[in-house]
Amino acid sequence: MTVMLNVENARKTFTMHLQGGILLPVVQGVSFQVTAGECVVLSGPSGAGKSSILKMIFGNYRCDGGRISVRHQGEMIDVAGAEPRLVLNARRQTIGYVSQFLRAVPRVAALDVVAEPLLMAGVARDEARARAGALLGRLNIPERLWSLPPSTFSGGEQQRVNIARGFISELPILLLDEPTASLDAANRAVVVDLIAAKKQAGVAMIAIVHDDDIRAQIADRTVDVTTFAAAA
Amino acid sequence: MVEVTGASDQPLLVAEGLTKSYGRLAACRDVSFVLYPGEVLAIVGESGSGKSTLLQMLSAQLAPSGGRVSYRMRDGVLRDLAELGEAERRFLFRTDWGYVHQDPAQGLRMAVSAGANVGERLMAVGWNNYGRIRQTASSWLERVEIDVARIDDAPRTYSGGMRQRLQIARNLVTEPRLVFMDEPTGGLDVSVQARLLDLMRSLVNELGLAAIVVTHDLAVARLLSHRVMVMKEGRVIETGLTDQVLDDPREPYTQLLVSSILPA
Repeated sequence: MTVMLNVENARKTFTMHLQGGILLPVVQGVSFQVTAGECVVLSGPSGAGKSSILKMIFGNYRCDGGRISVRHQGEMIDVAGAEPRLVLNARRQTIGYVSQFLRAVPRVAALDVVAEPLLMAGVARDEARARAGALLGRLNIPERLWSLPPSTFSGGEQQRVNIARGFISELPILLLDEPTASLDAANRAVVVDLIAAKKQAGVAMIAIVHDDDIRAQIADRTVDVTTFAAAA
Repeated sequence: MVEVTGASDQPLLVAEGLTKSYGRLAACRDVSFVLYPGEVLAIVGESGSGKSTLLQMLSAQLAPSGGRVSYRMRDGVLRDLAELGEAERRFLFRTDWGYVHQDPAQGLRMAVSAGANVGERLMAVGWNNYGRIRQTASSWLERVEIDVARIDDAPRTYSGGMRQRLQIARNLVTEPRLVFMDEPTGGLDVSVQARLLDLMRSLVNELGLAAIVVTHDLAVARLLSHRVMVMKEGRVIETGLTDQVLDDPREPYTQLLVSSILPA
């Protein structure tokens, strides 16, 4: 099996300079691997550092130690020590991130928000928009909303736009931060199907899900984040 | 581990040890960085941090006291800006670079028509067919969402947001490879800022422009830039991916800047 992600001894501590420089240890000794076509679920209570680990893999949070090796264009690169350009390149071609919240850009239509990752990957505009529409339809976003900016949508609709944006790409690694958090049963089932299809396509996924039922349906393996608890 | 190469591996602009002193006062100290084609760099910091001085040196409007700026000309050769001839400097200012001022009155000719403001840059690079110039100017007005019916009006009759959009059209019409922006959303209402930011973001993406944006507004940096440099007292104190610096700021001063943003 091809290893897509290899985390070795990654460590993260926040230093809060505005609060007298107190140290907030988040995680240490984070080590696990994810292979192609596998979905690994990170488990542990709130505050255990699950989201922080996803952000470290995405390059959004810096690592204070260790390595985060990601298979990018056939080579293993260390996200923890990479130049910004390389991290950006990896985000365009390798690692996708589906967060709980949509950071909406004012005035951009939902359809274009979803199509954007395909455009960045060089897909023609018409095809990108057609695929975006198909995915929005599958996630039960009515067509009359597609031309509107998602900032006006309900929380659940925004989350589905975000899911569509995350799943539309053909990136080989996906990070899922509570992708089903505020969805109804029908839409949760759609997301479970989308995850199954990504597995079939060989995508490696690291997910955070609090719903036991969803976890049972998507997880090939669970990594207990409490074993990475940093000594306070 | 192999360094994977991106699409464009040759830097467009290289700053090395840039320093500017006024007597004993150092406005800018030892700034070095590399900018690649298509990359948007934000320089953030408070007034007096040296970011505007730095921008002036980068855009060859101010001679550094120390260090140098090199730029890759269209023939592919990286040249020291201080050693360019007058014709080459003119080429940069008129064609290959854009400069968007905070105050549109500085970047526009307020008494001549909008069409002439855009067309002037084309004439400066040798366009002489009136019909083509006017047609190109109209299509740029449309791109920056200015009603083409206003093409013969002077920008002094425009609102602040329209003036700023016109300034952008005037800068981009010659298809520059690098655009400098000095607080581009500075004097505008918040609602007007959002529209302008959105427009700039899509134009930069579509045209594959490199840009250096000076701003004290972290929201502008987040929306427009790939990378950010934080300046304080003339020095770069923190640099990195924009979302990384803003979501996981490391330096005390950067943490202060980030924590000072009022929630929307």
